[in-house]
Amino acid sequence: MDSTFVIEKGVFIVVIFALTMLMAMYSTWAERKVAAFLQDRVGPNRAGWGGLLQPLADGGKLFAKEEFFPNTPNRFLFVVGPAIAMSTALMTSAVIPWGDKLHLFGRDILLQATDVNIAVLYVFGVVSLGVYGIMIGGWASNNKFSLMGAIRAASQMVSYEVAMGLSIIALTMMTGTLSLKEISIQQSEWHWNVLYQPLTFLIFLICSFAELNRTPFDLAECESELIGGYHTEYSSMKMGFYLFAEYANMFISSTIMAVLFFGGYNYPGMSWAVENLGVNIANVIGMAALFIKICGFIFFIMWIRWTIPRFRYDQLMHLGWRILIPLAIVNIMITGVVILRSEIAVYLGF
Amino acid sequence: MSIETISLSGRKKVVSNKEMTFLERMYLIAIVKGLAITIKHFFRKKATIQYPEQVRVMSPVYRGQHMLKRDEQGRENCTACGLCALSCPAEAITMKAGERKADEKHLYREEKYAEIYEINMLRCIFCGLCEEACPKDAIYLTISKELVPASYNREDFIFGKDKLVMPLEMALKNTQLNNAN
Ligand code: SF4
Ligand code: SF4
Repeated sequence: MDSTFVIEKGVFIVVIFALTMLMAMYSTWAERKVAAFLQDRVGPNRAGWGGLLQPLADGGKLFAKEEFFPNTPNRFLFVVGPAIAMSTALMTSAVIPWGDKLHLFGRDILLQATDVNIAVLYVFGVVSLGVYGIMIGGWASNNKFSLMGAIRAASQMVSYEVAMGLSIIALTMMTGTLSLKEISIQQSEWHWNVLYQPLTFLIFLICSFAELNRTPFDLAECESELIGGYHTEYSSMKMGFYLFAEYANMFISSTIMAVLFFGGYNYPGMSWAVENLGVNIANVIGMAALFIKICGFIFFIMWIRWTIPRFRYDQLMHLGWRILIPLAIVNIMITGVVILRSEIAVYLGF
Repeated sequence: MSIETISLSGRKKVVSNKEMTFLERMYLIAIVKGLAITIKHFFRKKATIQYPEQVRVMSPVYRGQHMLKRDEQGRENCTACGLCALSCPAEAITMKAGERKADEKHLYREEKYAEIYEINMLRCIFCGLCEEACPKDAIYLTISKELVPASYNREDFIFGKDKLVMPLEMALKNTQLNNAN
């Protein structure tokens, strides 16, 4: 391992980190703007042009707030909760291919922090760790509303992970790999997975809403019943971390949906661009394409939030266990039949 | 005609409890419809009025901050009779009467005038009864078309004559307008 490699990866990681933070910050702004527009309002527009400095103002405000500790025996866990939530939210971006490669300073730079061959598995592992952040925070708050929120979040995330994992099995049966890089390459030109596996995508989409604790599945923090759910007792930047982690998660899961189902950095005419415009320009466009897809998903998530009302808890569990999981299993079987159709035909003697 | 079939408002709808079909139970179509409705609002004209810069048009009878009127020669109308204070259900008005000096005839219309006239805007409920009670046409809530501004201190809400009396220029302008008509 030479030193340029370390520098290259280091720079890349810092850039990705900054990008995730920036996206999370501006997601809060976008959320408020989208919410306002969908409700015939104009949203924040005083801080900076179109309210663009609003996230900075919010962050500054959160930093300046009083650091409040509830009367809890678990002060350490109380601090660890938001830290876990934040770090798990940021860890997933390590395996995401943001583009193919750039050719700079006489060497090829892979636009991915690390290309592990079990990337999908890694993402799911890290995402499911996120529940600890919520659970520990809610538990350590020593508050019944927080605990209720945390319990709801935990059971919801655990149950929807099952359906999510099953839907991904159908996808990997088709792709034959768990590496996000290879999945991206397979989807070049118009071979987007969503066109082959729409049902998988639908299941995955619904489950990721549940994993994100967003409406219509935001039972973990429903303001009207639980005040704020697991972050009721939090204030200042610890609160900010929870909210921030939520938006970072939103960014990451939009990215994963774009990479798994919507072709990642691929765009129509990419191979033409590589030949005619050079690798660098083609890949910059590719990164932009991925970025547009991600923003589209983020917008969609917000759009859903202001359209569908919150589910009741039993409806949520009903949907998860009695509809999505059987559906995902059926989906696996259909995929299997389609993949093995020629063998089956031979077996049946056609 | 039986009572079940009559609809006085014309908006009667019969609630049906029919079983939903499989497609309806999937909710997906309903969700897409809902999404279409919300996205339509995204592109709609916004209802917001950017307050300090834009001000909503007030109705002609809007009761805002009080104004003590001047007559066409710019003299104060109020004669400190106290009827407004008496009629005020919130007991928001206090005043002290003074006697007009010989050289103050251009300032006050009547021989007796209000030296001090204060309205506590935190007590006032903007009912307009003071305006109705006034025999001298002196106090109006409908002229200023202003909201009482916000402030941090209770003391700042006791408005004296400096804030209540109609500005002289406004009175003279009104006179000019009247003469022109
Ligand atoms: S508007 Fe009503 S409450 Fe206000 S000062 Fe006049 S009489 Fe009193
Ligand atoms: S405002 Fe009218 S009612 Fe009130 S003291 Fe003056 S003249 Fe009398």
